Amino acid sequence: MKYDAVIIGAGVTGCAAARELSRYELKILVIDRESDVCEGTSKANSAIIHAGFDAEPGTLKAQLNVKGNAMMTALAGELDIPFRRVGAMVVCYEESELPKLGELLSRGERNGVEGLKILGRDEALALEPNLADDVYAALYAPTSGIVCPFEMTLAFAENAYRNGAEFMLSAEVTGIEKTADGFTVNTTKGTVEADCVINCAGVYADKIHDMICEHSFSITPRRGEYLLLDKNAGKTVSRTIFQLPTKMGKGILVSPTAHGNLLLGPTAEDTDDREFTATTREGLDSVKKKSALSVKNIPYGQVITSFSGLRATGSTHDFIIREDDKVKGFIDAAGIESPGLTSAPAIALYIRDIVSGIIPLKEKADFDPVRKGIPKLASMPAEERAELIKQRPDYGQIVCRCEQISEGEILDSIERPLGATTLDGVKRRVRAGMGRCQAGFCSPKVIDMLAEKQGISYGGVKKNG
Amino acid sequence: MAEKTALAIIGGGPAGLAAAAAAYDCGIRDITVFERDNGLGGILNQCIHNGFGLHTFGEELTGPEYAARFIEKVRERGINCETGSMVLSISPDREITVVSKAKGLRVIKADAVVLAMGCRERPRGALNIPGFRPQGIYTAGTAQKLVNCEGYLPGKEVVILGSGDIGLIMARRMTLEGAHVKAVAELMPYSGGLKRNIVQCLDDYGIPLLLSHTVVDIKGKRKLEGVTIAEVDGTGTPIAGTEQYYECDTLLLSCGLIPENELSLTAGIKINGMTNGPEVDDRLTTSAEGIFACGNVLHVHDLVDFVSEEAERAGRNAARFITGEGAKKNSPDIHRLIAGNGVRYTVPCTVDTANTDGELHIRFRVRNVYKGCRITVSADSGVIVSKKKRITVPSEMEDVIIKPDMLAAVAGDITVSIEEESV
Repeated sequence: MKYDAVIIGAGVTGCAAARELSRYELKILVIDRESDVCEGTSKANSAIIHAGFDAEPGTLKAQLNVKGNAMMTALAGELDIPFRRVGAMVVCYEESELPKLGELLSRGERNGVEGLKILGRDEALALEPNLADDVYAALYAPTSGIVCPFEMTLAFAENAYRNGAEFMLSAEVTGIEKTADGFTVNTTKGTVEADCVINCAGVYADKIHDMICEHSFSITPRRGEYLLLDKNAGKTVSRTIFQLPTKMGKGILVSPTAHGNLLLGPTAEDTDDREFTATTREGLDSVKKKSALSVKNIPYGQVITSFSGLRATGSTHDFIIREDDKVKGFIDAAGIESPGLTSAPAIALYIRDIVSGIIPLKEKADFDPVRKGIPKLASMPAEERAELIKQRPDYGQIVCRCEQISEGEILDSIERPLGATTLDGVKRRVRAGMGRCQAGFCSPKVIDMLAEKQGISYGGVKKNG
Repeated sequence: MAEKTALAIIGGGPAGLAAAAAAYDCGIRDITVFERDNGLGGILNQCIHNGFGLHTFGEELTGPEYAARFIEKVRERGINCETGSMVLSISPDREITVVSKAKGLRVIKADAVVLAMGCRERPRGALNIPGFRPQGIYTAGTAQKLVNCEGYLPGKEVVILGSGDIGLIMARRMTLEGAHVKAVAELMPYSGGLKRNIVQCLDDYGIPLLLSHTVVDIKGKRKLEGVTIAEVDGTGTPIAGTEQYYECDTLLLSCGLIPENELSLTAGIKINGMTNGPEVDDRLTTSAEGIFACGNVLHVHDLVDFVSEEAERAGRNAARFITGEGAKKNSPDIHRLIAGNGVRYTVPCTVDTANTDGELHIRFRVRNVYKGCRITVSADSGVIVSKKKRITVPSEMEDVIIKPDMLAAVAGDITVSIEEESV
């Protein structure tokens, strides 16, 4: 089977690239070693659409961050992604730190970030009454936002699929070879041929690169631990609260999530273990301690879960998005650490431009840019919800009581294209099991539905992988 | 136009069923029980072990048998039960939004409401156990449902964290199903469950109970491979060097139950920080007029028999409220109940001595293990009741019953306290 483009990695970068390329007359395949999309860094991060004041002006990060941020409003509408432009603050604790806030502001302005301003303590408190007592001032960034990273990734994937992109999951790439007119990509599920290969392999991007190219960069996973709090704590802050980076390291953010929970984190610890997504006692303790520096009244007793993710930190400290000098047709999208999620839509455009230099791109006449998500009954106006239940009574049968997710929504998550095959897959698509009881009550029923729909045994249903 | 019902009961488990039957027996006919599951009986349906009903029926029943007795009572009385119906919110003036497959989304106005939603288990995330998040970690109640209702044994090599009653019951259950339960680790220096369950579920099967121990790491990225257990000091902090690795494919958590009061919050009901349940008076009225609470949504009980008794009182008082016999507001004889020395909380929080609901049942839990102690209930007017106890433990609910005539002369706040007496 010969593809125009094979994308390695079904995280947000790979899926965004697939969706962008699916606008054109191209045969596209996305390969991932996991059984679902969004199983790596894309599922465990801060879920922030950054404004873009953090990145060094002139870098690819700065450019793609600001561009990606600007694309989000339209994209969220087109692809039905939960996204809210809630704004963000970077707080500092003393007068002597004001110049650093000023630096961030001017850096942001040079990057093209709009609306940045410095707020005094009183102005900041008026917006965020729970800021810690010793907050001195804040940089305010109104364009910062929060997003559901699962649905963002899934939306790209589903829309790419809708427009003809293929997905080969549970397939690990074991080798890549150059052929006379392209590449052979060997996977644990067989071999595919491609004119061009796009490496979106996250923390493994250097390994994939080195399979066929000369070693030119390395990826060091940087582990970040997070705490997620109950929705009852979700209004502790209304915006994302960052801390000014200090000698002690980058601070911990406190943020509402797109679904109304409160998120604290991340820690930052380099590791050489690319699978080390465990949390540690020290890490979780440090998240608690440091979050309390910027925000008071965080009800730590309402933590419902903790998790950790690996950022794909590249040795160049900028995104590495380019066609290899020597191996023509091999494109890296590597070192996609923060602000990778924000930049994903812009990275996809950047990749498209590179691809257009390799393969002539011709727009599809029937490209459909719109993706409709699974209806979210719990957050719907009552009349709309009542009407929908009349049409589909199983939307009235609640299975996940904490998040009020119905049997119908869970069924949708399993039955739709690229549907869920695992408990975590259902959870990421419709939030069943994402609430305060963490799947205690709903998992037996969800397992039952997954088993029946896939024709497998009850015990054969997996949590993940 | 909203539908109406005289009495809405939220939850068709043991509390809701007993409240419904009691309200009916007080003359209320227009009663609706809303149950989110597709059948009545609540969590009792998965509790297939025996030991239920000793107090209520003087015999040992299984959970489903105990539930069946109350389901029968409700059926005999022709009480309307809507199963598969999830209540989404309750307004302070008792407008109930409910959704179901059969009837869609509705708003129902009730004259009185009894909250009987029960409780949920504390999940792993709330325990802050570090490590990976693999398949194989379940709360004990979820495992109980998998084994007893779905016929699926989640694993063969088991470690249990927490010695709550469901965890102890599941230690025995998993053993009987052929699994090997390696240990039960308990953070506290005392068990979280009933003494009889320690004996019948652990001791009888040679399962070690490791007091003052906790899980400090979880190994296995996709599937659970093992857990590390360490001893903890007096503050609950793991002691370095005491770590021990247990290979296992299943970790059950039985680390406490949390009354499920998200609905109560939608009605603006005041919640007691100690019980995580509504603050109630001696008639089990919450801070919202006409809304009553009983069973595990009010405070976590050890025995279903006590849930039934409490729920019957809630049902009776809801009926009295509907028929206009409710307590007068701002009565001068409302006394606060204070959790004094060694007492974590009391239910109720207030009592109207001029307008009592018969005997006053004070239920409470102690903060620690007390041996050779005395429980005293006193007010400004002096000691009301004082009784000796050989031992009290946090895992067993205590109760004191005060006769109406002893309440008549009470002045000031009523304090429940416990003192250890020198032997």
